[in-house]
This record gives sequence, C-alpha cells and structure tokens, in this order.
Amino acid sequence: MLLFVARRLLYLIPVLIAVSLLTFFIASLLPGDLAYVILGDQATPENVAALRRDMGLDQPIWIRYFGWLGNILQGDFGRSFRTGQTVLQAVTERLPVSFELMILAEVMGLVIGVPLAIVCAARSGGAFDRFMTGSAFAMLSVPAFLSAILLIYLFAVELRWLPATGYVPLAEDPVANLRFMVLPALTLALAEWPGIMRVLRSDMIATLQEDYIALAKAKGLKASRILFVHALKPSSLTLITITGINIGRLIGGAVIVETIFALPGIGRLLVGAIYTRDLIILQGVVLLVAAGFVIMNFIVDLLYAVLDPRIRHGHA
Amino acid sequence: MATLELTLDEDATAQPAKRGRRLGLLFWMAVGWMIFMFAVAILAPVLPLPSPTDMDMLERRAPISAEHWLGTDGLGRDELSRLIYGARISLVVGICASVIGLIIGGALGMLAGYFRGRFETMVVGSMDVLLAFPPLILALAVTAFLGQSIFYLTCILGVLSVPAFMRVARAATLTLARREFVIAAQALGATHARILLRELLPNVMLPLLAFFLLGIAVLIVVEGALSFLGLGVPPPISSWGSMIGEGRESLEIAPRLAFFPAIAMFLTVLSFNLIGDALRALTDPRQGAL
Amino acid sequence: MSGNTLLSVEDVTVDLPTPRGNLRAVDRVNLTVGAGQTLGIVGESGCGKTMLSRAILQLLPKKAKLSGRVMFDGQDLFQLPAERLRRLRGRSLAVVFQDPMTSLNPVLTIGTQLIETLQEHLELDDATASRRSVELLTAVGIPAPEQRLGQYPHQLSGGMRQRVAIAIALSCEPKLLIADEPTTALDVTIQAQILDLLAREQRRRHMAMIIITHDLGVVAGRTDDVAVMYAGRVVERAPTPALFKKMRMPYTEALLAALPKLDAAPHTPLPAISGRPPDPTRPLQGCSFSPRCRYAAARCKNEKPALTEAESREHQYACFYPIEVHAEAGA
Repeated sequence: MLLFVARRLLYLIPVLIAVSLLTFFIASLLPGDLAYVILGDQATPENVAALRRDMGLDQPIWIRYFGWLGNILQGDFGRSFRTGQTVLQAVTERLPVSFELMILAEVMGLVIGVPLAIVCAARSGGAFDRFMTGSAFAMLSVPAFLSAILLIYLFAVELRWLPATGYVPLAEDPVANLRFMVLPALTLALAEWPGIMRVLRSDMIATLQEDYIALAKAKGLKASRILFVHALKPSSLTLITITGINIGRLIGGAVIVETIFALPGIGRLLVGAIYTRDLIILQGVVLLVAAGFVIMNFIVDLLYAVLDPRIRHGHA
Repeated sequence: MATLELTLDEDATAQPAKRGRRLGLLFWMAVGWMIFMFAVAILAPVLPLPSPTDMDMLERRAPISAEHWLGTDGLGRDELSRLIYGARISLVVGICASVIGLIIGGALGMLAGYFRGRFETMVVGSMDVLLAFPPLILALAVTAFLGQSIFYLTCILGVLSVPAFMRVARAATLTLARREFVIAAQALGATHARILLRELLPNVMLPLLAFFLLGIAVLIVVEGALSFLGLGVPPPISSWGSMIGEGRESLEIAPRLAFFPAIAMFLTVLSFNLIGDALRALTDPRQGAL
Repeated sequence: MSGNTLLSVEDVTVDLPTPRGNLRAVDRVNLTVGAGQTLGIVGESGCGKTMLSRAILQLLPKKAKLSGRVMFDGQDLFQLPAERLRRLRGRSLAVVFQDPMTSLNPVLTIGTQLIETLQEHLELDDATASRRSVELLTAVGIPAPEQRLGQYPHQLSGGMRQRVAIAIALSCEPKLLIADEPTTALDVTIQAQILDLLAREQRRRHMAMIIITHDLGVVAGRTDDVAVMYAGRVVERAPTPALFKKMRMPYTEALLAALPKLDAAPHTPLPAISGRPPDPTRPLQGCSFSPRCRYAAARCKNEKPALTEAESREHQYACFYPIEVHAEAGA
C-alpha cells in the first residue's frame, strides 16, 4: 500500500510541473501585455515601461517563470491589482462555497443514480430498466445551464418555492443556506446521475453474473443483502473512476452554476476575473483549480485501492 | 462449467440485438432532425426570413404571430431567424472544432499506437497534462487572454478535444497493429507511411467517426456554456448558448426566449449522441452490450 | 435405494433459448437421493450436469425454461414461494461450486462470508457466530482459523479457499450438499484431500451429497450410486459397485477407458473418446452417443433408446446394444 502511494505521488510531480508551465505560458505568451491591461487608459509608453520594470516583465520569460514558481512554492500566488486581495485570500474565502456546492451535488447525484442503477440491474431488461436507461441517455444531452434555466423557471418563477439567486453562509443560517444551495446543487446533480447510473448499472449486471453471487443466493441470503453487500461494492470500482473524471465536469459546471445562481464561489471569482481582465487572479485560480483537480484524481486512485483489497495487497 | 460459459455468451449476444431493435425508430428520428437542422442552417440566407440582427424597438418581446413565427426577443429581433442563424454558429463551431480534434488527435493517436516507445510516452504524458485542466476552465482562461472570436473559440475547443480523439485512435491502432494483415504488409516491405495510410487508417476511421459525432455533441454544449456566460461568440453574433443566456434575463416575462433555443440545442445534442452511440455500438459490439 | 428419499428429481427438463435456437441442456432426467446417501453424477463438460445442479438449486438464468418436478424433503422446489426457498437454501440445501477463485466474494472477508450464512439461518449473536466459524474452519482443516476470519479470499491458496467454501456449505448442517466439480479447479495433490474431507464430513454429519464430476475415478470409492449423463440425459444409472463391476452403456465404458491407469505400461496412449458431443441446439433423432459409439448400428441412428431397468431394478441404462449383449452377439 505504501509503495502504491509512493509511486502515484511520484507521478504527480511532473504533471504538476507541466500544469504550472502551461498555466504560466498561456498567460504570458498570449497577446495583450499585462502592463497595458493594468494601466488601461493611462497607458503612455513611459508608464508602461516603468510598470514593466517594476513587475519584472522586461526580464526573460524563463526567469519570470522560475520567480513566479518560487513565490508560489513559498505560498505567494500574487495579488490582484484590482482589489488588492491576494489570490490565496480570494480563493480561501470562496472555496467553502464551491466545496459545499460540489459535495451537495455529488451526494444528490449518487442518491438519485445509485438506487436507480441497483433497481435497473436487478431487473435488467424490464420495462423500468428500459425507461430509466433511455431517460439517462436523454439527460446526458441536457447541459447544466439548460437544467438550471428549467429549474429556475419551475421552482423560482412559477412555484416560487425557492430563491433563484443569492447566498447566505452556512455558519450564519444553515436553513437559509440550504434554500439557496438546493437549486444549484440539483442542477449539477441532474447532469451527474445519468453517468453514475449507466456505469454502475452495467457493472452491477456484470457482477450479478459472477459465481459468488450465485453462491450468495445459494446461501439463502436476502435479496437486499446480495445486492447491497455482495454486488454493490465490487461493482463500484468504475463508479469511483467516473467520479474522478466527473470532478472536472463538476468544476466546469460549478463555474456556470455559480454564475447563474450568483453564488460567491471559485467559479464566480474566475468568471469575474475574466470580465475585469484581472490576470493575476485568473492565473492563480486556474493553477490552483488544475492542481486541485490533479490531486483529487490522485485521491480517487487511492480510494480505488481501499475498495479493492486485491489492489491494496499488490495483486493487481 | 461449459454450460455456465454458454449462458454468459448468450446474455452478451442477446443484449445488443435488443438494443438495436429499440434504437431503430429513435435513430432514424435523430437522423431526420439532423437533416432538417442542416438543411435549414445551410439554406438560411435564401429562406424568406427577417434579418436576425434587425432590431425593432416597438416590437420587443412580441408574442408568436404570423409575422414573427416564434415572436421577437428583448431587442425586437425575430426569434425564429435568430434560432436558425444561431444553429449555423453552434454547428459550425462544434463541427470545425471536432474536425481539429479528429485530425490532430487521430494522427497523434495512430502514430503513438503504431510507433510506440518514447514517442508514445511523450504523447500520452502531454495529453495527461492537458486533461489535468477542467476543460471549461481552460477554455475560459484562454478566451480571457486571447479575447473573444469565433476562430479562437473553435481552435481552443478543438485543442481541448484532442486528448479524447488521441485515446480512441491509439487504442484502435494498438489492437490493429498486432493483426495479421499489418504484419503481412510489414513482411512484404511496405513503408510505415503506406501501412499507416492504407492498412490502419481505414480501420481506425470507423471508431473515430463514431466518436466524432459524440465529440460534436460535447463541443456544442461547451460552446453553448461559454456563450451562455457571454464569453463565447462575440456579440452581435449569437449562438444558441448566448440566446439562452439572454433569455434567462426575461424568464419571468417571456420564458420562451430561453426555451426555444434550449429545445433546439437539446434535440440537436441528443441526435448527435444517439447517432454516435448507435455507430459506436456497431463498430464495437462489446461496448455496445453495455 | 433406502426407503426415506430426500431428493427426487422427476422428469426435469431445462431449455435455454439461444441465438442459434433452443438448447435443451437437461432432458427429462429422473434421479433420487436417499437421506445420508451419496450420488455421483458423471459426464463430459457440457453434458448438462451443472445445469441440472443449478436447476435443483433454482439458480438457473432467468431466461431458462424449466419443467418437471424436484421434491426435496417433501417440498416441490419449483413451486416453493421465493421466501421459503431462500430459507431452505444454505440451511438444508447447500452447495460447493467448482472454482473457489470465483465463488468467494473478493471484497468481503472470509469471516463475513461465513458469519452471514450462520446469522441468516440460525439467529446467532455475533460472538457465537464467530465461535462457530472458527470451529467450522478447524473442522475443514484450516490452520490458524482465528486469523483467517479477517482475511480476504485472495490471501488464501486455491485449496484453502475451497475448504472455506466447504465450511460455508457445512455451516448450517445441511441435509443435502451439492458439490459441483469441487476439485476440478484445484491442484492434483489437493484434490484427494478435498474429496476425503467431503466424505469425512458427510459421514460425521449424516448428510446426503451429490458429487458432480467428469472423473469416474472421483466417484469410484466415494459414492453409493452413480448416474452417467450424456447430452442432457442420464444414460446409465446404478449402485456404484454394480456399475464398476458390469457397465453396460458404451459411453460409460469409454469414460472409464479415458482414465489414466497406474498399471498401464509407460507411454501407452490414453484412449480418448473420439469426436465431440453433439450440438445441443440440434438434437439427434437417434441415440445422442451414436456418432461416437464403436458399437452403433442402424437402429441407434434412428431411434432414441429409453432409460430402462433392463439389468436389475437398480441398474438402468439407455442402450439398444449394451456391452455384454453386443459381445455375445459378436461371439
């Protein structure tokens, strides 16, 4: 197990370095000088030259990269030239919102997807299974911003049950917080459950053909125990991978959903930074999100090992 | 034991057959919608439509009428006409970006799968890095730096789809490169270029094309999301995504302004998915069984 | 067979719909097992013996069509409500599958898989159940049983896993144990140990047992009766000593001849049965074995011999020209 973790950790390093390189060079090589952006209307050649010197923009790009990377390794991701907030401050302030949103969404997606998958697998080929498989396929073609519009229209405009936009911190008022969170999380969950259901369903169908399921039946176990204890765990390996891949989609979805529902999360920070061309924040957030994504995938890999004792003991 | 294998075989073969029958009607409906969509989008300039950009401030959010079949939007522009011109943008961006992904990703995947070795490690590694960025975030970041234009947007989406195409092409090439007809060609002294183009390409093309359709569906959605946020196609051009984004503002007064483009996008994406999935089931019977 | 019949299989037929047509896996089979008795079912792979055992256990694929009747302990298994059947399985009707690599759940510990059976049927508390589990593992010859409870199947060797599977099967003191090729997937050196273990536990617990195997040698010393199956049908049935003394069906003879003999000279080629079993989706008009039978005559191609009590009430076979008769005709 330790060896397994070490090997995966070692692989993280080059990927993270490459991620930082890509982030930096996209931001640096593309047209539009940072100094012009910052100075805006006051961009006289002298001002620009002076600012470039101050910011070190006149130095070769490699030196700037290593300087930037060195700062980051010391925890300095830079400071917004618009708000004066550091990248880390801005991110830590908004991270809990995005986390809450994504966790709620994933939980909702699992709550919808997993039971449906189990029921469909247990009665595969039946009318319910066919209906749900078809619905899941159709739902895969509904992007998050479409379901967001539908949900807002239904629950906020027509029924007036839930607010369409706004946010209250969880610590301040948990009930109000949840009222604001339900629609955004449901929006993301609607995009999540079809994938969860399809993957788990097909894995469950395969698992239910296994000899050990036949033996579990022959042992006279209850159907619920066979499905939930004997079949669910060995079937959930692909589901875990899918969850890892979904995190990327979830982050992208969170950007959209936070913007639509006006939640002050990382996604809104990012979109706001784009609107105001706040490049330092943008660079820092993109790097942090990408690094977080890579690390999340690493954790998913570890979860894999926890679920399957064969991998844990190095048999895979 | 032999009897056990037998039941498994039977299950595996019984399912795709059922699936094929069930998808039959839907598949043709999807093809029908697609032909309709393409015809309307291509013929838009010659159809008797009002201009999609002409504003009529006296007729803002006009209801459905003989003059404006689907009403007008918040600036008095004809909704039907905008929908059709929006289709042009969404389809062109989605298809062109997928073509970029198909060509670059397909070529990289085939070369990596055929030559293996260090080149393969390099290609797969760099794709891993590209995949480390959540796609929408990368697209947002790059548009932010580059500025909004349809050309850049298409290029970015194309690059984003490269890793997926690369994987499909590489997987197909890896299995094919070990098959007899390739080994036979090598033994006959065929050049690498000839083997790649004449022997491998025709066989890799089928799974790639199936994936191409699924890729278009995904990219139409990503383009829609970017435009929805106002960071995709630059105004006054509008795609379905930007129309839905504008329609959101008037959800309380005129929900149809968001719903019409939403329905059009859903049906189109669903059609691409249905056709792509059916093709994939054809080219890969094992996956189709799932 | 003694008076108190525990299991009787009556006219059981299993049909499987396949893309190539209907497959008759089991064809009107009749068998009985008395309480405490051992029946061996012998045949090549694909002869329907596994399907028959799955039919008895009601573990057939959903699409399979079943007819006939299986009476177990006075109840018709085919008609039993699902809940009653569930209480019966594992409790009085237990099974050991062929491959212990696939028949134990890879993600659950040995202890979980043993204890869940005990608690499902016997309403034991946790402490008693785990004490019973340790006793069971000791009984099937697993060293350090306490430690094994916390281990996963892949941490055990194949032979050990099969012992665990047997311990699970024995856990609720079943009346009948069906062992479906219990040693086929194991090393030769382990096979005898497992068979002896089964025989010992059977005697100790006075349970009935069905051993399914392709190896006549396995059933020879360990069973009371033997049924030989070919192409879904029982083609010869007799008390074990009677069968080995005087086998009548050419197929049984061929099966026995295919066994390696210790007293044969080195490098003697094994007389394999030539040809292959018939395609079960294309039933033959005559005797299914006739295309491979050395003694086949015209009648064998056109007419299907019934399983008759020609030899004695207990020795039945399905053949027009049984071996002895044939030999006499040739003389």
